[in-house]
Amino acid sequence: MSVPSATTEPVKTAFQHRQSAHCESGVISSLLHHEGIPLSEAMVFGLSASLSFAYIPLVKINEMPLIGYRMIPRWILKGMKSQLRLPLRFEKFKSSADGRQRLDELLDQGRPVGLQSSVFFLPYFPENMRFHFNAHNLIAYGREGNEYLISDPVFNAPTRCALADLQRARFVRGALAPKGLIYYIDGPVPKVDIVPLLCGAIKKNCFMMLHVPVPFVGCPGIRLLARRVLKLPAQKDLEYTHRFIGHIVRMQEEIGTGGAGFRFLYAAYLQECSVLLNNPRLQELSLELTAIGDEWREFALHAARMSKGREDLDLPLLHGLLNDLADKESTLYKKLKKAV
Amino acid sequence: MRPDEVPQESAPLLEGQRKAVYVVDKDGHYIIAQSGGDEAEITVTEEAVAWFAKLAENAYQRALRGETSPLEYHMFRLRMDEPTLASATGLWRWRVRRHLTAKGFSNLKPNLLERYADALGLTVEQLKKL
Repeated sequence: MSVPSATTEPVKTAFQHRQSAHCESGVISSLLHHEGIPLSEAMVFGLSASLSFAYIPLVKINEMPLIGYRMIPRWILKGMKSQLRLPLRFEKFKSSADGRQRLDELLDQGRPVGLQSSVFFLPYFPENMRFHFNAHNLIAYGREGNEYLISDPVFNAPTRCALADLQRARFVRGALAPKGLIYYIDGPVPKVDIVPLLCGAIKKNCFMMLHVPVPFVGCPGIRLLARRVLKLPAQKDLEYTHRFIGHIVRMQEEIGTGGAGFRFLYAAYLQECSVLLNNPRLQELSLELTAIGDEWREFALHAARMSKGREDLDLPLLHGLLNDLADKESTLYKKLKKAV
Repeated sequence: MRPDEVPQESAPLLEGQRKAVYVVDKDGHYIIAQSGGDEAEITVTEEAVAWFAKLAENAYQRALRGETSPLEYHMFRLRMDEPTLASATGLWRWRVRRHLTAKGFSNLKPNLLERYADALGLTVEQLKKL
C-alpha cells in the first residue's frame, strides 16, 4: 500500500490508466495521480465521505424505487475539490458542437479530461451491461483522427471510442443528463496535508449513516427497506416481487461495485487511515466493516437466487439479513465515531 | 472478501472483461484483485436483460398484428421504458403514451419522429421498421 502524501513535488508524466472498482472515485484518483498526487481510490472515496445508504421509494427507475449505497453522483468530485482545495473546473454545454470543440481543445493541450456520459451509448461496453444510466464517469486523454483515447476506470485496459458515439453518450437527455459535462484540474495543485482531514471525513460519514433526520437515509434507510421487503406480495404477483429483490441487488451499482463493494472500499480507506494516524483501532474496525461487506454479499447472493427462482422465495430471511446489517452497521459507526 | 473467493473465470456477460474488486489478503491488508464477475451481480443483470427482451418480444408480436407501434418495440429493445423515453425526449408522459399506440405513431409529425429516433440512437427509417 502506498502511503499518500500531498507534500512531494508533483511530477508530470504520460497519462497512465488505473483500474478501479468505482467510476467516479477512479476518475478523480487517476487525475490526481497524473498531477503527481498519489491518492488511492479508497482514500478519495473516504476523504469525500461518500459511503451511504438511501432508499427513496418516490424516485422510480424502471418502475422500481431508487436504492443507493453511496452518495449522489458528483459528490466525490465536489468533496475532493473542497477538501484538497483543488482547482477542479467543471464545464457544461448547451450545444454538443461547443462541447466537442472544448474537449478537443483541452486534449490538444495534453490534459486528461474527466467526462460524464451515458453507459448505453458507449460501444466498448459489453452489450449486456449497457443500460440507460447517465452518470458514468470516464477519462479522455487524447485523440487520434476520429477516435478518442479513453481510460474508463472500470475496465482493465485503456480503450478507444469513436467521436460520434462519445458525442451521443455525452449529450443524452433525461434523468441525470450529463449535458456534456467535462472536468479537469486547471492550474497548480496547492500542497495540502491530508492527515488532519481524515478524522473529520470519518465523523462526517458516521453522521450521515446515523443521524440524518430523514427515515430513508443511512441505517434507518436499511431498516425501512427491510420492512418494505417483508410487505412484498409472497403469493400472487410474484413477478413484481422477483423483480424488486433483483433490483435491490442491481442497484448495488449499475455496473457492479455493489453495496458490498462500497463497504470494502471504505474499509480499505479505514486501513489507510489507521497507518497514517497510527491508530490500530481503525484497523480493527476496518476488518469489522469487511465482515459487514461479506454479509452484504451473502444477502445479494440469496436475493439474486430468489429473484431467478433458483432458491425458494423467503422474504423473512431477506428481511432478517437486512435488519441485521442495519444493526451491525449502526454499531460500527458508533464505535468508529469514538475511535477518531 | 478473500482473494480465493474471487471468481477467476470471466462471465460470458462481461465479454472477457474483468473488474477490480477489493479483497483482504492473509495479512489483513486490502489489495485489488481482478474478478470475472460475481454470481449475484451476473444473475440480476441477466434477469434485467431478459426482462427487457421479453417486453420487446411481446411488443414485436403485437406490432406485427398492428396493435401497437414499432416505437414500443424499439423502446423496449433498446432497454428503455415509458418514463425513460419521456425524459430522454423531453416530452410529457401522456404524449409518449399516446405515441406508443399504433394510431398515435402513424400520426407523428416528422420533427417528433426525429426526436424519438434521436433519443433511441436510431434513424427515422429504422424507427419505422419493425
